[in-house]
Amino acid sequence: MGEPFAVRDCALIAIATGQYANTLTELRDRLEIIPTSCIYYHFWGGLLRPKFDNPEYQNDFAIWAYQGLRDKSLAERLALIDPSKYHELEDLRGELIDTIEERIDESEILPWMKATQRFYFVRSQTVVFDTKVRLDTPEELGEHIPHMSLGSIFYHFIDARRRPPWGRDDFSHWVSDFGDTYAELAEQISIVDPYFIALGELREELARVFSAHASQGGE
Amino acid sequence: MATLLQQYERVVGTEVIDQLWQLARLLDGMHIVHINSTRAGGGVAEILHRIIPLKHELGIDTTWETITGDADFFQCTKLMHNTLQGNRIDIPDLLLRHYENINTENATRLKGLLEDADIVFIHDPQPAAMIESIPSRKGKWIWRCHIDVSSPYRPVWKYLRDFVRGYDASVWSLSEFAQRLPHPMYLIPPSIDPLSDKNSDMSEEELANAYARWEIDPDRPVITQISRFDRFKDPLGVVRAYRLVKDFIPVQLVLAGGGATDDPEGEEVFNEVKASAGDDPDVHILLLPPDDHRTINALQRISDIVLQKSTREGFGLTVTEALWKGKPVIGGDTGGIRLQVVNHHTGFLVNTPEGAALRIRYLLKRRDRLEEMGQKAREFVRENFLITRHLREYLTLVVAITNENRDRIELL
Repeated sequence: MGEPFAVRDCALIAIATGQYANTLTELRDRLEIIPTSCIYYHFWGGLLRPKFDNPEYQNDFAIWAYQGLRDKSLAERLALIDPSKYHELEDLRGELIDTIEERIDESEILPWMKATQRFYFVRSQTVVFDTKVRLDTPEELGEHIPHMSLGSIFYHFIDARRRPPWGRDDFSHWVSDFGDTYAELAEQISIVDPYFIALGELREELARVFSAHASQGGE
Repeated sequence: MATLLQQYERVVGTEVIDQLWQLARLLDGMHIVHINSTRAGGGVAEILHRIIPLKHELGIDTTWETITGDADFFQCTKLMHNTLQGNRIDIPDLLLRHYENINTENATRLKGLLEDADIVFIHDPQPAAMIESIPSRKGKWIWRCHIDVSSPYRPVWKYLRDFVRGYDASVWSLSEFAQRLPHPMYLIPPSIDPLSDKNSDMSEEELANAYARWEIDPDRPVITQISRFDRFKDPLGVVRAYRLVKDFIPVQLVLAGGGATDDPEGEEVFNEVKASAGDDPDVHILLLPPDDHRTINALQRISDIVLQKSTREGFGLTVTEALWKGKPVIGGDTGGIRLQVVNHHTGFLVNTPEGAALRIRYLLKRRDRLEEMGQKAREFVRENFLITRHLREYLTLVVAITNENRDRIELL
């Protein structure tokens, strides 16, 4: 057995940049120069904000393409960009710009059409702190999950994918250190898709995975 | 008697309060000072009356002071307030010099406190110029703007900006309001207090009294808009939407707002609305005292649907209040209403009286959807717009600003 699981928490605070876009061309131009923390906020920050069970689009850029520009094609393409696939935010920025430029090339009017609402670029600061809670076994972790803050769930299950080992959540990574008995549990945790549910629901789903494993006699 | 935190814990859950404790621990040893212009009346005082005791319970050393001024000073700051919200009026130089002098006097009175504080929150324009008189300040100074400054009258904003740019950070309610400044501009939306008179639970008896008092028929649907009689709130559009619905459903309309007698335009709008309603006994136009929170609470609760058909809106806390009471909101597609009304989830965004009428008919017909959206609305506010979230963001801001200005601050 390795180190105990150290429960951490995080709180995110939004910061206005004063930059905004009225058209798709302006959005593309601003995307070239805004800090990567804006990219982070508009893709990932949304997960810490209001969310419903069937959101039409998954990130702020896609939502603006739909609501501000009324362009479903672009909205769908932008919504398909999965931020967890990009280890570097610069790569994610590049993908975003490519997608927008592709759409700009396809339409004569869209690049200059004034949106019905502005896109405001927002960046964020994340404060990560130690809750001092330490858990020694996967069972203890499972029992603790329903009591974790949404910030903890975000930090360990979503934000973790941007830290080594890349693309992996903290829960399944830690559980997998307990040998074959817990391999199935680690697998079940890792296949939970966080992208279409609110953090509260994600917490419930993770708790169910741990609970199902315990009831099947997992150790 | 339960502590404040225990009372909030019953509403928001243990883990939310635990997180506040964790953040408060990071502020150990700090002294935070809040300065505004009044302890009574207005949204800022309302928020501080709750936030300060909560901070005390969390063990955070916090002081709340108010500035004092005379009638001329408050006339000047009232003008500032109106012009920052878009009125195009020049403020006489004499009044501005007086504003500065009163700020200097207050800063002198509070000098020791302000010089030693680790964090100073200055709320709104009234005390904003105090910073000039405290050159040897030790802590971080943050200007908290509670006003809708999306389209300020530029000469007045430029005047105020000269003071605000000296701060270490500012806080705004929406990104649309934030003006260009050479420091971090934090975004913290406002919140409501679930334990206040305006939002706490009410007995069946109180609700029955509200029906009787205002002669509202409990057996027929009620649609309500709570707001000042102001053209931006589009009360005439609400009456029109009501009429369009009335052809199909025997609905009743309540339009209730604070007194408008000191506001010539408000009185004019009020009279127009009265004229538009004519002698229809199902339209209830109510002028209420600004502190009649229990009545507002009851009117929102006896409504089937709440409207906020504004054509321009700051954040729109009346929307938050209605959502908290489990009412879907049909709101104008503008400002902070967009943050709160999510189409098909917590209500509908509309652009015309016709659009509002259509959505009212839909929800009154589809009671299942109305109930479902109402439940979602309440949960939405629980997670996002209660005072505990507001406090969490204040605490996070303080942690962030007292550490290096990095995107990620790890305190492990």
